[in-house]
Amino acid sequence: MQPNAFEPLFYQFHFYLFSLIAIASAVLFVTRKSPVAAAMWLVNVMFCLAALYVLLDAQFVAAMQVLVYAGAIMVVFLFVVMLLNLGHPSELGADIRQGWGRLLAGFLALVMVAELFVLWRAPIRWQLTLPAAETASQPNATGGVIGAIAGPMFKEYLLAFELTSVLLLAAIIGAVVLGRKSGGADAR
Amino acid sequence: MLAESLVLSAVLFAIGVIGVLTRRNAIILFMCVELMLNAVNLSFVALSRLYGATGQVFVIFVMTVAAAEAAVGLAIIIAIFRHRQSVNLQNINLLRG
Amino acid sequence: MLITAPTGAHPLADTAARFVWLVPLLPLAGFVINGLLSLLAAANPGPADPSAAGHGHHADGHGHGHDDAHGHDDPHHAARHRFAAVTSLVGPAVLLASFGLALAIFLAMRGVDMHAPYVQTLFSWMPTGDLHLDAAFQLDPLSMVMVLIITGVGSLIHIFSVGYMVDDPGYPRYFAYLNLFVFFMLVLVLGASYPVLFVGWEGVGLCSYLLIGFWFSDEANANAGKKAFIVNRIGDFGFLIAMFLMFSHFGALDFAGVAAGAEGLGLGNVIVTAICLFLFVGCTGKSAQIPLYTWLPDAMAGPTPVSALIHAATMVTAGVYLIARSATLFSLAPMAQLLVALVGGLTALFAATIGLKQWDIKKVLAYSTVSQLGYMFVGVGVGAYTAGVFHLMTHAFFKALLFLGSGSVIYAMHKAYHATHNHEDAQDMRNMGGLRAHMPVTFALMWIATLAIAGIPVFSGFFSKDEILASVFARAQHSTLADATLFGIPGTAVLFTVYVLGLCAALLTAIYMTRMMLYTFHGPNRTGEAERPHLAEAPWVMTGPLVVLGVLSLAGGWFNLPALVGFLGPVGTLEHWLEPVVGAAQLTVTHGEAAHLSHSTEYALIGAAIAIAITGILVARARCRPEALVAAKDAPVEKGIERVLLHKWFVDEGYQKAVVTPTVGVSRVVLWKGLDIGIIDGLFVNGSALLMRTLGWFGSQLQSGQVGTYAWVLVIGAVCLLSAFRIH
Repeated sequence: MQPNAFEPLFYQFHFYLFSLIAIASAVLFVTRKSPVAAAMWLVNVMFCLAALYVLLDAQFVAAMQVLVYAGAIMVVFLFVVMLLNLGHPSELGADIRQGWGRLLAGFLALVMVAELFVLWRAPIRWQLTLPAAETASQPNATGGVIGAIAGPMFKEYLLAFELTSVLLLAAIIGAVVLGRKSGGADAR
Repeated sequence: MLAESLVLSAVLFAIGVIGVLTRRNAIILFMCVELMLNAVNLSFVALSRLYGATGQVFVIFVMTVAAAEAAVGLAIIIAIFRHRQSVNLQNINLLRG
Repeated sequence: MLITAPTGAHPLADTAARFVWLVPLLPLAGFVINGLLSLLAAANPGPADPSAAGHGHHADGHGHGHDDAHGHDDPHHAARHRFAAVTSLVGPAVLLASFGLALAIFLAMRGVDMHAPYVQTLFSWMPTGDLHLDAAFQLDPLSMVMVLIITGVGSLIHIFSVGYMVDDPGYPRYFAYLNLFVFFMLVLVLGASYPVLFVGWEGVGLCSYLLIGFWFSDEANANAGKKAFIVNRIGDFGFLIAMFLMFSHFGALDFAGVAAGAEGLGLGNVIVTAICLFLFVGCTGKSAQIPLYTWLPDAMAGPTPVSALIHAATMVTAGVYLIARSATLFSLAPMAQLLVALVGGLTALFAATIGLKQWDIKKVLAYSTVSQLGYMFVGVGVGAYTAGVFHLMTHAFFKALLFLGSGSVIYAMHKAYHATHNHEDAQDMRNMGGLRAHMPVTFALMWIATLAIAGIPVFSGFFSKDEILASVFARAQHSTLADATLFGIPGTAVLFTVYVLGLCAALLTAIYMTRMMLYTFHGPNRTGEAERPHLAEAPWVMTGPLVVLGVLSLAGGWFNLPALVGFLGPVGTLEHWLEPVVGAAQLTVTHGEAAHLSHSTEYALIGAAIAIAITGILVARARCRPEALVAAKDAPVEKGIERVLLHKWFVDEGYQKAVVTPTVGVSRVVLWKGLDIGIIDGLFVNGSALLMRTLGWFGSQLQSGQVGTYAWVLVIGAVCLLSAFRIH
């Protein structure tokens, strides 16, 4: 990237833009009554996050975000919503808590955010086991963006990677078993 | 951009919490959980600019776990719906001893 | 067996002494063999195996054993144990081998400078922290004397047991216990440190318990065993405290280290005095002194050879040995010494008074033992360690003889009663009388022992008892003890009191022993017309050991003749022999000078002792009329002081009321009903269960089953957790 006088400004503008869209979409997401609408807003949040990932030099993760989250997982959600026909008005009435429950939830969330800020600002006494700060992620390294991720993933975290694959297998089997019609006899 | 990313992460997480606390629809609850996971992912990615690509590896792991969770969770919801004709959590209290 | 190289160049290192570990090991091997035989017989009961029948009947006790081997036409005819022959061979043989080895070591030890003991380390026992303790044996003149007494007298008693117990159904078990006892007793006297000694100390206590309750099917015997065991535990508590004190103040538990530590503290130090007093508490238990003597008379419930070996000759003298072994400590604690001497003197007199009116022949001897142990404690208490050990030795001879003789008498009595199926008491002297004609050998030998214990000159007991009394008299005038005080009373006064107590006890000893002999062997026979023809001398396997002990009782005094009768033979052999061990301690007590009495004083003391002994015999001769005695079943009830003495001053009843009943009461009401059922069962066990159930009920109320509620709780928990991070 060539240095450019407008580049930081351009960069910041897009960052804040996508941040605000993400927050707004998230708020809309939790307040929608219809599950389909909520799901669509959540997909929007995820697209915004993907954009932010790109801005944060995590291009591969951004692609994954779009492909896996927005593309795969959310589609499954939508599929289930529609399969179960959950948009029915009788279902929607009692979906969102009213009054005290809503206030208390907001209060708790505020407290949590406040605490996170305080923690972030606080001088950290306990030693986080983070490695010493390296330079920013190195897209120039051999193998490019993907190589920077693939290196640790298939070296240090190989065991975790393999375990994850087993987890996925178990989830697939579990989903198949659970999703079959009740009573294995019918399913045959 | 690190600070802003972390703030955004916290805010999205809080919104997810509010959703979990206020919604009674099981599927929307799940989606709120996905939102919270995304917020955490954002933190990982933001910090990976500072500490190297390892954070991004964890994002991949989180996504995988989220996918697995969605698969199993949705299967459970479908199974419950078959029995109760509802995904409203108020109607689901089989856990009560 | 792992044996590290002996210490340096000890002169004994290349002699027979290097096999000292074999001395206790041989009896242990005997225990293993006999124990296995016993177990084997119990596991595979043969067709004619009496132990399988489950009713062990016995030769003495109280005359109700009636179906042992003597009844030929008895339908319950119980054959000998099928391994009796092996046991008869193994049991005494291991001990004789042990005795032979001890003799060889003794011969090697003569002429060797024994100022440093020969220590043989077997293995490292407790290498923990500051404490490095080896399982080690220590050979020095004192332990040599004890080993010779134990294996020598023990061998004789083992041989006697072959005759006495061979028809008992538990014969191999009996010899297993007896061998085990000898093993532990040898560990006790050979141990090179207080903990090793304590192992032996506890081991002999265990064997004592097992042997007292040998005929455990009779509840009284089992109770007597329990009593001995429990009373001894009280004493052991003192011993343990003493060891704790030693370790905390001297950092050592071996004899040399403790003695060195005590010497560093000097004369009359509080710590040393406390250690000595606690050790003495242990001694009062093991050696049956006031106030813990009550178990010993009850211990007569065991077989008579056991009474001879354990409760007269060896185990009960362990306390005396312990004090002699700790001579350095005691010599530095005059106050403790005064107390030892005073308790010894009081016990000597007190037990002797009870001995005056007992009818059971073994009870008489039991109280006599307590009394004589009191003498030994007087001896070691006043720092005359040699005199105490000397009396221990002669007492082992004549008291073993007396017990074995009484065993012989009981054997004959029992046999006679058994032949006629009479259920009279075979141990009651009122049922004896006139046995002189029927068992002349036992009669003659027991008179030797009686004269020895009464203190008639030339017999062994005279020399040892006189030496103790003379030592008390000498130390009352000039010693560290005379300078010290006990409860504010000057030491001189205490020692003179002890001396008078000793003289009175000597008088009573002569009286009750003569009484016993008169009632048993003289006068008309009261056994019964039918039984009289069956009375007979015991077989030679029993009288043989009696003869050997008789010779020793007669000549035992020659082991340590006083200077006054130097014309009789070598003077002070034992004194010279023990000098390396206790010489320094004895000199500490006597201000560094050899104890000395003028010849005229010494003659006066001896004259008084002889006069008292003869007076005692004559009084008994005048007062006791065997002709007027009637058999036990016709005897009138005693009245007045006689009744008090017969009931042993009601001490047992007093203990029952003052200690046992309150203890049982407190245990029942407070500990059992209150603490155990109320607090532990009620509060802790059931209470905790109730608490958990209540908590569980509350917990279950939280479980609404609503996923939403869980989410709320989870979020609140997360918020709290984050706050906790911040607070930190």
